[in-house]
Amino acid sequence: MQQFLSKHPVWSVVVAGLLAVFLWLVLAPWTPGMEAVLGRKRVFVNAVLSGITLGALYFLVASGFTLIFGLMRNVNLAHGSLYLLGGYIGYEVADRTGWWLLAFPVVFLCVALLGMALQHFVFRRMEGEELRQTLVTIGLSIVLADIMLWIWGGRSYTILSPDWLSGPMTLPIEVGLDRAGEPVLMRYPQVRIYILLAAIVVGVGMWLALNKTRIGMIIRAGVDDRDMLAASGVRIQYVFLAVFAFGAGLAGIAGIVGGTFQSLSPGEDTRFLLASLVVVIVGGMGSIPGAALGAVIVGLAEQIGFVYMPTYSVVITFLILAGVLAFRPQGLLGRTR
Amino acid sequence: MALAEKPAPAVEPMWIERIPPAAWALGFVLLIMPLIAGNFFLFQVFGWTFILGTIALSLMFLAGYGGMVSLVQMTVAGLAGYMVAIFGTSGVSAISLGLPWFIYIPAAIAIAALFATLVGALAVRTEGIYTIMITLAIASAFFYFTRQNHEIFNGYNGFNLVVPPELFGINWRQPVPFYYLSLGVAVLSYLAVVYVARSPFGLALQGIRDNPRRMASLGFNVTAHRVLAYTFAGVIAAVGGILLVWQNAQISPGTAGIGPVIDILVIAVVGGLKRPIGPFIGALIYVLLRTFSPDVLLALGLSGERYQLLIGLGFLLVVYFSPDGVLGLWERWSARMAARRDPLRGGRA
Repeated sequence: MQQFLSKHPVWSVVVAGLLAVFLWLVLAPWTPGMEAVLGRKRVFVNAVLSGITLGALYFLVASGFTLIFGLMRNVNLAHGSLYLLGGYIGYEVADRTGWWLLAFPVVFLCVALLGMALQHFVFRRMEGEELRQTLVTIGLSIVLADIMLWIWGGRSYTILSPDWLSGPMTLPIEVGLDRAGEPVLMRYPQVRIYILLAAIVVGVGMWLALNKTRIGMIIRAGVDDRDMLAASGVRIQYVFLAVFAFGAGLAGIAGIVGGTFQSLSPGEDTRFLLASLVVVIVGGMGSIPGAALGAVIVGLAEQIGFVYMPTYSVVITFLILAGVLAFRPQGLLGRTR
Repeated sequence: MALAEKPAPAVEPMWIERIPPAAWALGFVLLIMPLIAGNFFLFQVFGWTFILGTIALSLMFLAGYGGMVSLVQMTVAGLAGYMVAIFGTSGVSAISLGLPWFIYIPAAIAIAALFATLVGALAVRTEGIYTIMITLAIASAFFYFTRQNHEIFNGYNGFNLVVPPELFGINWRQPVPFYYLSLGVAVLSYLAVVYVARSPFGLALQGIRDNPRRMASLGFNVTAHRVLAYTFAGVIAAVGGILLVWQNAQISPGTAGIGPVIDILVIAVVGGLKRPIGPFIGALIYVLLRTFSPDVLLALGLSGERYQLLIGLGFLLVVYFSPDGVLGLWERWSARMAARRDPLRGGRA
């Protein structure tokens, strides 16, 4: 942060200015002139909130992907399948026991075990052969997708959130005045706000674990120089297994979250795989803060684009991708190697 | 199909004499195929094989000679198909312009090649796995865009009744003419790839694949060669895409959806990325599996819908055990057979 400020003063001012305008748009009451140009404030705030909460979901999926790639250079194109599988298992658990919260540890364990199996039987045997890993994981995702279609069929599932999470929540954001001239506050589904908070907790937790603990130190050392770390006596294969399990489990948990505030159906696996690809390309491969930034940018672009330019919302995401690639191929927060 | 071997130096026997007998036999069988096979086989199995093989051939060119695995080849083909439907005639007369064939075919190929060039210019900024991710992202953006856009691409429905022009009074969608049309296109594309791969451009491209830094220091423009490779592959994919829209007589976003995009990669990899004949072998295996696996699965008492599982498992086995595809398996097997029979090595079993 400090480094960035001193290195790029102009960009810092531009970013700060954009953030300020954005915050002002969200927090300040809108004048009629602004409403004429941008439409009703409620719609705008709704799109922003949806974008940020969608970004939180993308972050949960993409952070595991980027962690795995950053440490092991493993390209796991079956990541979307892990997401969908986690969602389906979570649905079964929540549906049968009635405990939404129970689904989280169960799914984390199941998908983490599958991830460990993947690392042990697939990736360990083709270390460094990126193309082969890509092809094998594509094959795996085809097989997994068809097995899931076999078991759960083509219909779409929604995981019911528990009572204490359903219903709207009033936020301290003014979206207009009612007839009596009193300010009307924004109401927004509670479950999404909690998911956003949970994603922030997970993100901060990952950052702390990576930067302040011994395990994190080992992982960061592994990202920088795997061979040196192995030579200094760390059993790197165990570290790999643990990181892969964690990343996969996170994708599974994201499946429950996605199943709760959207739905689960065949095809969601590729959708989320692509979303995490775009997120990590925009944010920078292997960087957790980059994944967070990329997720928020992609989520916001998708939702705001969806509200204001329904036909071209995909194109906006794509233009962001192309722009980042053209001007900063390593991603916004990525490092050049 | 394999009519072209090396353009011969002057002292060597004439090129036509150096074509292996197997290639003659294959060419002969393919030429008289309409006498042997029924209409279903000609149109559905062989026509589709040649089309998918041509599109996968363009991927093989990029991946095998350029070292760039691009997943947009199906998208380029789909774009060419869309352009044929938009500039030519289709069932959606509100959008289709109804231009004659000698305008819309070159226009479709040119636009698709331009698109491939732009994608290439973007994709060559990345390497290895990043190229795969970026081209996959572009391919899916195209899919979602065509599905949402109604003014040009007619949204979810796409275009129907897109048929080839009645050139020389022949209905080219009849099985036998279509067989020869797709065979001709496949052979021409194959020859083009073989020729370009041995041209100075192709040799430089292979040099860049092996060591970009050294080629750059020798004075070759690495980026320009790579982008041009995308353009050339784009032309081949576009031709395949035009045939594809004619065969199906319709095009919709699903034609270039994420599934077909991956299928082209599967076909090229299963066939083998080292030789231009590989994609056609892969395409034949894929088409046979796609066409007959429901019957086989039903015979085994499983649901016929599980063909995707069969294809996925087959692909998984091939890439897990033989990264260079079926051709690689064959080469290793024949090498082992040759070693076994080698009299100089004595009694090696």
